[in-house]
Amino acid sequence: MSEVFIAGIGLTPVGEHWELSLANLSARAMLAAIRDAGNIRPQALYVGNFLASTMSQQANLGTLLVDNAGLGHIEAFTAEAGEASGAAALRMGYLAVKSGYVNAALVAGVEKYTDMVGVEVEGLISQSTDYDFEATQGLTPAGQAGMLMSRYMESCQTPRDAFSALPLLAHANAVNNSNAMYRKAITMEAYNKAPVVAYPLNLFDVAPYADGAAAILLVNEELASSRNLVRIAASSVVVDAMALHDRPDPLAFSAVTLSAQKVLAQAGLDWDEMDLFELWDAYSIFGILTIEACGLAARGEGWRWLRENDLSPKGHLPLLTMGGNKARGFPLAAAGVYQVAEAVLQLRGAAGANQVQGAKTALTQAMGGPASTVITHILKK
Amino acid sequence: MTPVPEKEKTSLLLKSARPVGIIGYGAYIPQYRLPASQIARVWGGSDEGLPVKEKSVPGLDEDTITMSIEAARNALKRAGINPSLIRAVWVGSESHPYAVKPSSTVVAEAIGAPAHILAADLEFACKAGSEAMVAAMGLVGSGMADYALAIGADTAQGKPGDALELTAAAGAAAFILGPAEISLAEIISAYSFVTDTPDFWRRAYQHYPEHGQRFTGEPAYFKHISTAARIMMEESGTRASDYAYAVFHQPNAKFPRRVARELGFSDEQIKTGLLSPVIGNTYAGASPIGLTAILDGAKAGDRILMVSYGSGAGSDALDLRVTKKIKGRQNLAPTTADYIARRVEIDYATYARYSGILAMK
Repeated sequence: MSEVFIAGIGLTPVGEHWELSLANLSARAMLAAIRDAGNIRPQALYVGNFLASTMSQQANLGTLLVDNAGLGHIEAFTAEAGEASGAAALRMGYLAVKSGYVNAALVAGVEKYTDMVGVEVEGLISQSTDYDFEATQGLTPAGQAGMLMSRYMESCQTPRDAFSALPLLAHANAVNNSNAMYRKAITMEAYNKAPVVAYPLNLFDVAPYADGAAAILLVNEELASSRNLVRIAASSVVVDAMALHDRPDPLAFSAVTLSAQKVLAQAGLDWDEMDLFELWDAYSIFGILTIEACGLAARGEGWRWLRENDLSPKGHLPLLTMGGNKARGFPLAAAGVYQVAEAVLQLRGAAGANQVQGAKTALTQAMGGPASTVITHILKK
Repeated sequence: MTPVPEKEKTSLLLKSARPVGIIGYGAYIPQYRLPASQIARVWGGSDEGLPVKEKSVPGLDEDTITMSIEAARNALKRAGINPSLIRAVWVGSESHPYAVKPSSTVVAEAIGAPAHILAADLEFACKAGSEAMVAAMGLVGSGMADYALAIGADTAQGKPGDALELTAAAGAAAFILGPAEISLAEIISAYSFVTDTPDFWRRAYQHYPEHGQRFTGEPAYFKHISTAARIMMEESGTRASDYAYAVFHQPNAKFPRRVARELGFSDEQIKTGLLSPVIGNTYAGASPIGLTAILDGAKAGDRILMVSYGSGAGSDALDLRVTKKIKGRQNLAPTTADYIARRVEIDYATYARYSGILAMK
């Protein structure tokens, strides 16, 4: 089996792209990744997308995006795993190259959230819940996160501002990311004054939905041979019970635990050897539960661990180095590809003011739903 | 298609064959005010970050027609002409009381205009009033008529609980256009910029409009207003500093301030015409009422830039210069500030009754 290398990345600014179609936004990222790789022609495109079939009335994105970008008669289709779809497409590309069937695979995470406005939008995003038992009762992803946060606050007796560490860190890091949606640091005072969005989540506990497209070109050893490239050292997908009420311990985020354990075992590495961790901060509570599920902090202590450790690019385990979903912006399915492309920037030493000095190993993790699907990758220089 | 030779290219500005100006103007704002905090109290939300302080609310016996008549009578007082000389009455609004049956004929008869006139209602969301002004400019400017009346008026409706409810207000402004030589403000030129942009709409039989939320900002309001203002100034060879005053469509307090800043206008230049914080968004009346407030205090030589915005979407820009004839005309009718000061605060319950949102059967 071949090693899998990342030969090129392409990122578009996250935001409201009213003037760009799904296909044209995607083409910008795809063609940028191909150029970045020195014009290697991909043999396959794997698309990660969550909402196009409803929000943009468009399915069969593989063909649409290949056709629009002029990539010819190649293999192409979409991977769907809710908000983790982009990371699922990367997993697909990894398997294709690893297996030897494909020499060069392009992975594109794309979301065109602004193709629709109104109350229907929240309903479409709620497709990542268990429709028959959750969405049909009116539960939305923000509602799920609110319930988890309430439960956490009660069982761990945390103060209300216990959830501020990640949003503050994300906003501070996004200041230096030219692709970020909110390039402005926020203060603790601003966090505490923010209006409630879905009790008890306030505005800064919630990552803002946005448009975005990011692409990664994966190649095998042969195509990578002449260059010193970042490689995917491990890849794992683990799922949990779809509905929160079907989990014996909803605060456990078991799929996070299992997926992280799997990649560490595959790569033969330990948490101590990770130079940065791009975790999934769709909601601040998800970040806290992730830290606990990964064993970095004891149960009920994740909020304190986040508050007491230096997690900036200069700290001992840098998190959300380019602003995370909270401040880079949360283009749903595309976010899983942004995370990995941002980690590549770090490992290439190309992360600018947010560079993690000497970064050699990075762990990235994306989620569909509240850790219903967890997709984790380890990148190594 | 044969390209137009460079020397034959015409200006994008709309200029009349003979100079045209405003010979009389008038405003009307209902006396009732609903503080935005009242709406926040009923529908939830904090008192911080509200888009306006309060909005005007029409009384039980007021609508677009009655407000248009009040504003038109004020305009006639300042114009000092006999209404029998008027040759057109155009009322721009998105809240005409009838779906079919003109508001303009009711207004015309009420103010004593003759039967041998042009009369029609215009509809283009919040720019219907400025469109009526440009149409009147064309009629007078071509020499087809000496006097034409253009009105922008609305009793705007926002669905209870919707963000629009915080700002949807009522008011009217009327302008009698005539030959520039007798005008109190000459209209140097106009420019209009429109695109098919679905940011706000109401279909037939729907009671309340719908809107594209954040889409109403950048690709709608800001794009059209700033394009219209920029092209107007480019084609006129003017800069922001050439204008004593500027007034922009004002759906809230924030948007006009931001667009003014981006175009290089100071707070000083826009504060006289920025009324949305205290009367809300009067839709087709919004930038026209801002203009009446400016004219109330303007002096000869003052140059004024007015840019409306209507969803759907487009902006009309008007470049005006105040003449010596404004002296003595400003106080012939109640000023815009008089109407703003005539304030009766109501609570949400009274507002609910006045605005007809209670289901009676």
